[in-house]
Amino acid sequence: MTAEALASLAETASDEASLAAAARARIARRKVWVITGQMAIALVIIGGWQIGTLTGLIDPFFFGSPWGIVVRLWDWALNGTAYGSFWLQIWVTLKESILGFLVGVSTGVIFGVLLGEIPYLAEVIGPYIKIVNALPRIVLGSIFVMWLGLGLPSKVMLAAVLVFFVVFFNAFQGVRSVDRNLTANARILGASRLQVVRHVVIPSALTWIIASLHVALGFSIIGAIVGEFLGSQKGLGLVIATAQNTFDANGVFGAMLVIGLLALSAEWLMAKLEKRLLAWQPANTRDGTIQGL
Amino acid sequence: MTATAMAASSDAPGGVELRGVTKRFVTPTGAAMTAIRDVTLTVRPGEFCAVVGPTGCGKSTTLTLAAGLEMPSAGTVRVNGQPVKGITHGASFVFQTDALMPWKPVIDNVALGPMFRGMAKAEAHAKARDWLRTVGLAGFENHYPHQLSGGMKKRVALAAALINEPTMLLMDEPFSALDVQTRAIMSNELLTLWEKTRPSVIFVTHDLEEAIGLADKVVVITAGPGTVKAEFVIDLPRPRGAVQDIRFDRRFLELYQQIWEALREEVDEAYARTARAAGGRA
Repeated sequence: MTAEALASLAETASDEASLAAAARARIARRKVWVITGQMAIALVIIGGWQIGTLTGLIDPFFFGSPWGIVVRLWDWALNGTAYGSFWLQIWVTLKESILGFLVGVSTGVIFGVLLGEIPYLAEVIGPYIKIVNALPRIVLGSIFVMWLGLGLPSKVMLAAVLVFFVVFFNAFQGVRSVDRNLTANARILGASRLQVVRHVVIPSALTWIIASLHVALGFSIIGAIVGEFLGSQKGLGLVIATAQNTFDANGVFGAMLVIGLLALSAEWLMAKLEKRLLAWQPANTRDGTIQGL
Repeated sequence: MTATAMAASSDAPGGVELRGVTKRFVTPTGAAMTAIRDVTLTVRPGEFCAVVGPTGCGKSTTLTLAAGLEMPSAGTVRVNGQPVKGITHGASFVFQTDALMPWKPVIDNVALGPMFRGMAKAEAHAKARDWLRTVGLAGFENHYPHQLSGGMKKRVALAAALINEPTMLLMDEPFSALDVQTRAIMSNELLTLWEKTRPSVIFVTHDLEEAIGLADKVVVITAGPGTVKAEFVIDLPRPRGAVQDIRFDRRFLELYQQIWEALREEVDEAYARTARAAGGRA
């Protein structure tokens, strides 16, 4: 290679390097702008709210105030609530949601796969599931409190019922949309019915099931909180109900904030799990994850 | 060879015999659709039989019947001399779109066959590794299917089909989704692999050049409902060498002309029908 050719090669290389550097700088600048915009919105809303309550434009008795919420949360964290420490309330709600989520997801997947695999069952049971799905299931909470009492089981039941339908319909659809070539091929290769379900049907339906888990997670928290509203001795739902009865707007908002944080961290964990379970997917199909709640 | 000798030899492992086979499908609305009508076809053990015909003539149905995925509405299907009652033992299938599990790495995809038949995982993986080397994919064991090119996926599908040491290989337009160059390479590779283990092959295609280049026998199916129109023995010597070169052989061109004569009417008929159907809708 001549010195001239080498020189021109080096030139294009440095050209490409500077192009890449410029592109990176552009992306970084954009990121800064996005974050600045997001911060500005938070500042305007929270700051406006606080200033509004200070100047008397907003009545803090009905609407609370950001500082009042902080004070209320601080008080709860230090002195607890009327029915035990604040942390205990969080833990109770968390436990109910998680158990309800687990029960709802596992029954949803089992029923979804069974009905998806056995058309006779789907035809016989299908209409009933549609009927129950059409009912306002949140009202079932009252029945569960009557049946199972004020403790944990009634909340778990309500959360599980809410979660079940979301997961069930997705699992069912996922099983129905399995590539028929894949099942045919597995059968020809010598797979038994159970092996087909394990190696083809469930992994294939998993994309659908996981998509439903985000929404299911939100429903499990809603189920637990509403269950506590309807009758309980502990939990964040009870904290909110008590705050409502004493016209404590800061208390309602404070508990809401805590629930939101719980939901966000659960969502974060779910995204991690999803990434692990769907590691086989090409990157571009994984980008658009559905946000629950 | 006499008819009785042919029938007897189709009893050996890999032999396939369809006699007077008709397959009807019932649509959800209750209308019956005849896919193939009165098909009689014999493939001797170790024979490479190509099936050509116009689009929608029921070529693929023939394969699903031989595989035991579907049962005939009338007539008998015998494989290895036994009537087909369920999934045919000793058969492997290669689909047009690769039936690879996208969530399993290449090695697990290839090892599926032995594992379904109860082989231990380590042993199945060792065997799968051997087969991946045979199809030229050593080093790609842990890739996922979506990370491979079309030709490489096809190789994985071939390895996954051949690892079970099938006596009968059913191929449904396996190379039709590949570009022309890759298709030629895969055809050569298929012949090399086939000559090693010599399963009988039923190879469905609509590419006549591909059919003649690969097969011992080409069967022409009529426009749907399909039935056997004619059979042609391809007496080109084996090993054939590169399929790209054999296309210029004199005998190849003669055969091509003969078979195309038979095929053309059916293609025209099928095309006229779709044109009429489209016209009727408009």
